[in-house]
Amino acid sequence: MSAVTLKNIVKRFGGFTAVHQTSLEIPEGAFVTLLGPSGCGKTTNLRMIAGLLDPSEGEILIGDKRVNDVPIHERNLGLVFQNYALFPHKTVAENVAFGLKYRDVPSADIPAKVKAALELVQLPDVGHRYPKELSGGQQQRIALARAIVIEPDVLLLDEPLSALDANLREDMRVELKRIQERIGVTTVFVTHDQSEALAMSDFIVVMSEGRVEQVGKPEEVYNTPASEFVANFLGASNIFDATCTSYGGPLVGIEAPVFGGMDIPAEKAPNLKSKGSAKLVVRAEKLVLSKSSAAKGVISVPAKVETVDYQGQAVRYFVRAGETQLQAINMIDGRPFAVGDEVNLHLRPQDCAALPG
Amino acid sequence: MADKTNLGWHLIRGWAIAVYIFMFLPVAVVVLLSFNASQFGSFPMTGFSFRWFAELAQNEAILRAFRTSIILGALTAVFSTTLGVLASLALVRYNVPGRNMITTMLIAPILVPEVVLAVALLLFLNFLGLPKSFPLLLAGHVIFTLPFVILVVQARLVSIKRDIEEAALSLGASPRQTFFEITLPLMMPAVLAGGLFAFTISFDDITGTLFWKPGGVETVPTQIFAMLRNSISPEINALGTVMIFMTVGLPLLGLAIARKVASKGGT
Repeated sequence: MSAVTLKNIVKRFGGFTAVHQTSLEIPEGAFVTLLGPSGCGKTTNLRMIAGLLDPSEGEILIGDKRVNDVPIHERNLGLVFQNYALFPHKTVAENVAFGLKYRDVPSADIPAKVKAALELVQLPDVGHRYPKELSGGQQQRIALARAIVIEPDVLLLDEPLSALDANLREDMRVELKRIQERIGVTTVFVTHDQSEALAMSDFIVVMSEGRVEQVGKPEEVYNTPASEFVANFLGASNIFDATCTSYGGPLVGIEAPVFGGMDIPAEKAPNLKSKGSAKLVVRAEKLVLSKSSAAKGVISVPAKVETVDYQGQAVRYFVRAGETQLQAINMIDGRPFAVGDEVNLHLRPQDCAALPG
Repeated sequence: MADKTNLGWHLIRGWAIAVYIFMFLPVAVVVLLSFNASQFGSFPMTGFSFRWFAELAQNEAILRAFRTSIILGALTAVFSTTLGVLASLALVRYNVPGRNMITTMLIAPILVPEVVLAVALLLFLNFLGLPKSFPLLLAGHVIFTLPFVILVVQARLVSIKRDIEEAALSLGASPRQTFFEITLPLMMPAVLAGGLFAFTISFDDITGTLFWKPGGVETVPTQIFAMLRNSISPEINALGTVMIFMTVGLPLLGLAIARKVASKGGT
């Protein structure tokens, strides 16, 4: 049974359709991320699951219960916001205990539950303080404790890490995942940050302009993008108009500019169903710059380095092969190449993916 | 160069002091003369005495006026803040059609000269065939104190993030519980400030009150007005002093309380 089910959901705001016909099943205990740029409808979906917005069409189920007409305060959900939304006039302990007051929790048990929740987020000693006395990261932990202490059926996280500093954000990412695994609550996480999505999710739902582009495990979405949008949004990709010359077997023949003909594994082109026009997707980090010649089975193309964007552990190059500009992200091995260097671009066909044209 | 700027500053300082004297000297004179032992309310003072305050406390008409003013002010504050809070909630939190128009109309009584408002309400009552009465006097006071409450409460409500209320709802509090547990405590400083405004404005209003009050009912300002028509008694100075303390001291006290409440857990 799915923990959350969206059946043919549509959401319109006046004449604007924020979410087009969307269906989605979120398995019990899973960590699912709604990923996309701002305005893609991910937050609208989350707010419809939460009960803060009513869908224009379709059904929302939590467990096997239809909740379209159930108001938010009767849905038993944990909600965490980008800007924490702690109650400023209540202490941390009162914040965490807030949801317990409206449940059949004997008041004698409340302090123990609050304490356990604060320990889970590793802030056991701040119960008597007020939210404004805590740092942003601490406030977000308290918001998380407040949301999970009520043992929600679903935990909804609306960009919870976006307001934090970069370093803190990575710590909180690990922490959030640890807590979610520990309590096993079904979690829907909304973010526009692909690295958060890739690092934390069991499943990623990539959205664009109110539609679901792809649903899959992080490595599926990353390695086998289902559309040009997904290929561009997750990581950096080079995308070429290509031609499919053969398909049906374990290998798919692709004829592409720059690289010429190549055979790529069929599982890297699951949506390619006919010969003719196609797209070839080459991830920037799969394109390796080298001075040496290629090993057997590796395509090698001469190119010239045009731009070097040094990033510390890696370098992003823009190179020109013939008329075409490509980008490549390589780990630094010795000294990075310089602008104007003549290099060979190495590419293994099995690292490519293909889409229908 | 330095001398020039110094001179400039001295002039500005002197001017500022002159303005303050102009503004506050009459008030200071009233307060000072209220302690004058002489039976003429003028200089020179002949001694320090609480005599006029004692007489004030025994003047039935003044005591009655005080009771009326306090009851009127308190009721005005209660009705104005209740209506003001409800109106602000509707205007800030819900998408009411014609929201800007309604806001403007609610604020308008500040802009309309009070005499015009007073006459208009009186004519309206006349048109309806209603006699003047205490509830109608109260209604008049509510009308022209409401804008102050709405301005203060609305400003506060806008600063309370909707997220906080949504968080409370998601935790299982009903909309009503969310209002009393979260929204109202967070806007309490503004509600108190609005209530105090309403009370003080009602307490020292005279224009509207003169038009609207039924016969035989006097508030403190109309009582003073009536007394001045007969003679200038030193009692009036004492009464003025009491009024000054009520209308200046009370809001200051209220602000101090509001600040304390806000700093305890405020946003």
